[in-house]
Amino acid sequence: MSNTETIVDRAHPTFFKEHQNALYKSLEDKHTTVEFDSNDPLGTRMILNMGPQHPATHGVLRLLLELDGETITKSKLDIGYLHRGVEKIAENKTYQEFMPYTDRMDYLSPYSNNVALCTAVEKIAGIEVPERAQYIRMIGCELARISSHLLWLGTMVMDTGAISMFIWTFRERERLYDIFDNFAGHRFTVSHSRIGGVNNDFTDAAIAKIKNFVETFPKELKDWNKLLNKNRIFFDRNINIGQVDSETAIKLGLTGPVIRATGIAYDIRHFEPYLHYDKVDFEVPTRLEGDNLARYYCRMEEMAESIKIIRQCLDTMPKGPIRTDNAKQSYPSKDEVYYSMEGLIHDFMMTDTGVCPPEGYECYHAIEAPKGELGYYIQSDGTGHPWRLKIKTPSTSNLQGLERALDGAMVADTVVLIGGFDPVLGEADK
Amino acid sequence: MQVPDKFNPVTAAIQALDPSGQVQISVTRGDVQLLVPRTIIIDVLRTLKDDFGFTYLIDIVATDRFTSEDRFEVIWNIISLKDQSRIFVKTRVPEEDPSLPSTVDIWPAANWNEREAYDMMGIRFTGHPDLRRLFLPEDFEYFPLRKEFPLMGVPGSIPLPSTSPDVD
Repeated sequence: MSNTETIVDRAHPTFFKEHQNALYKSLEDKHTTVEFDSNDPLGTRMILNMGPQHPATHGVLRLLLELDGETITKSKLDIGYLHRGVEKIAENKTYQEFMPYTDRMDYLSPYSNNVALCTAVEKIAGIEVPERAQYIRMIGCELARISSHLLWLGTMVMDTGAISMFIWTFRERERLYDIFDNFAGHRFTVSHSRIGGVNNDFTDAAIAKIKNFVETFPKELKDWNKLLNKNRIFFDRNINIGQVDSETAIKLGLTGPVIRATGIAYDIRHFEPYLHYDKVDFEVPTRLEGDNLARYYCRMEEMAESIKIIRQCLDTMPKGPIRTDNAKQSYPSKDEVYYSMEGLIHDFMMTDTGVCPPEGYECYHAIEAPKGELGYYIQSDGTGHPWRLKIKTPSTSNLQGLERALDGAMVADTVVLIGGFDPVLGEADK
Repeated sequence: MQVPDKFNPVTAAIQALDPSGQVQISVTRGDVQLLVPRTIIIDVLRTLKDDFGFTYLIDIVATDRFTSEDRFEVIWNIISLKDQSRIFVKTRVPEEDPSLPSTVDIWPAANWNEREAYDMMGIRFTGHPDLRRLFLPEDFEYFPLRKEFPLMGVPGSIPLPSTSPDVD
């Protein structure tokens, strides 16, 4: 490489030329204070392009890494390959019509996404939700959290070299899918929550399945802890990898288990309690190290806490209605729709116009999704469609931190690091 | 709705920054929102961070108030971990000059959020270290979340890569 040749000169993109050139230029310009010896007689400097179709990047994440031997000197992330414009779609749908789209945002924990949208709409429209529905939502959210963390555990441990763990976590996920299938009617994209409540109550079979899961899952968790917590290979791959201190974590706006692993107990369930999280007893696991191992411990302990929450919900869940009985605020039950004229009209009106929050109102509501703070900022113009609906997604915030964490890391740790930050690109790209 | 008591020192300090009295404070469903003029926005945000501990930036929302005066609105969603409080700071910019000073040196987390606002709404943040589009390719020339952008998109606006292997 000659003295004058830059990254931009060497890259010859074939499509999206302006975009690619701007990206390479941006990598070239990153930390302009750092001086490089551009003579490089051994040719150890290179640009590595990872993704967007790399299997270990958890979706369509694209990384541009500038390497010096095996060390990453600079990195840039390029996201947007899964951009579907959900915020634009939301402006053209009623609130309830938009809900199935949220399933496809963080597709590893669809239940949390549904609840996040519904609670936000309920806040802006001032809708009361019956007690039983709140508890059903909490159980659903915690099951979704376990399911999301299980996928993270399987893939992250697989990234460090162990395949069998992946099979075991997926066996447990399969049981969770069975539970969702049983009470929501779908295995994956459940769309079970409704504005003003939930679609249907738990069946006895579903409750039995949840109870069975709650009984047996802690033992699995214990076995996995036994396997990994003293595992030399797993430790060496994760310890001191991607270390972030608490001050930097706040500066970068990290969220979820990633910020809790740096010692900041920031959890929306405690910070701004929603549903009935203020009535159950649970702890927010934190660690101080801020490395990949700390993130692992946080998520493992969170799964145990989720089980604790589900147990308490099952014990205290009252009997009663599961959706608010106000036809202006939520769908009537199917019995009413099929057997009364009013019910049919209300059902039609809900589908056609939907819930109309007061004109000029705007508010924000966030929940603690498995990946971190998931919030909806809604501006209403008084119609059934949101004027503007902005989604704050945890994966975007965490990916921004990943860009910083990659600088100075080893190229072999890249995949483990991505696994530790646990981004979902469906959500990051909106 | 009444502003919660714990925000009194904050609102007093913000009002002191603005002698012309244009700051509007409102509460919707418990969310405290400040609307400040564009000229003092950076002073307000810096005061909130330095003096009141709003160190954690959650999100930046850009909205299009189509047909209203001062068409675009930018909202900073910030929280103070110390006081357990959340505040929304809003400012408005006109269509002819949709630019604002960048807040990346106050909160480094604003980097991607400002890029997103630029990508979706076309708001330029002066002093931003790397103002590229966040989701869409640079080759795209529209701002899709503006109200005049059609839902179905603009045909031919984005050059798609060829489906056959490189031939050129």
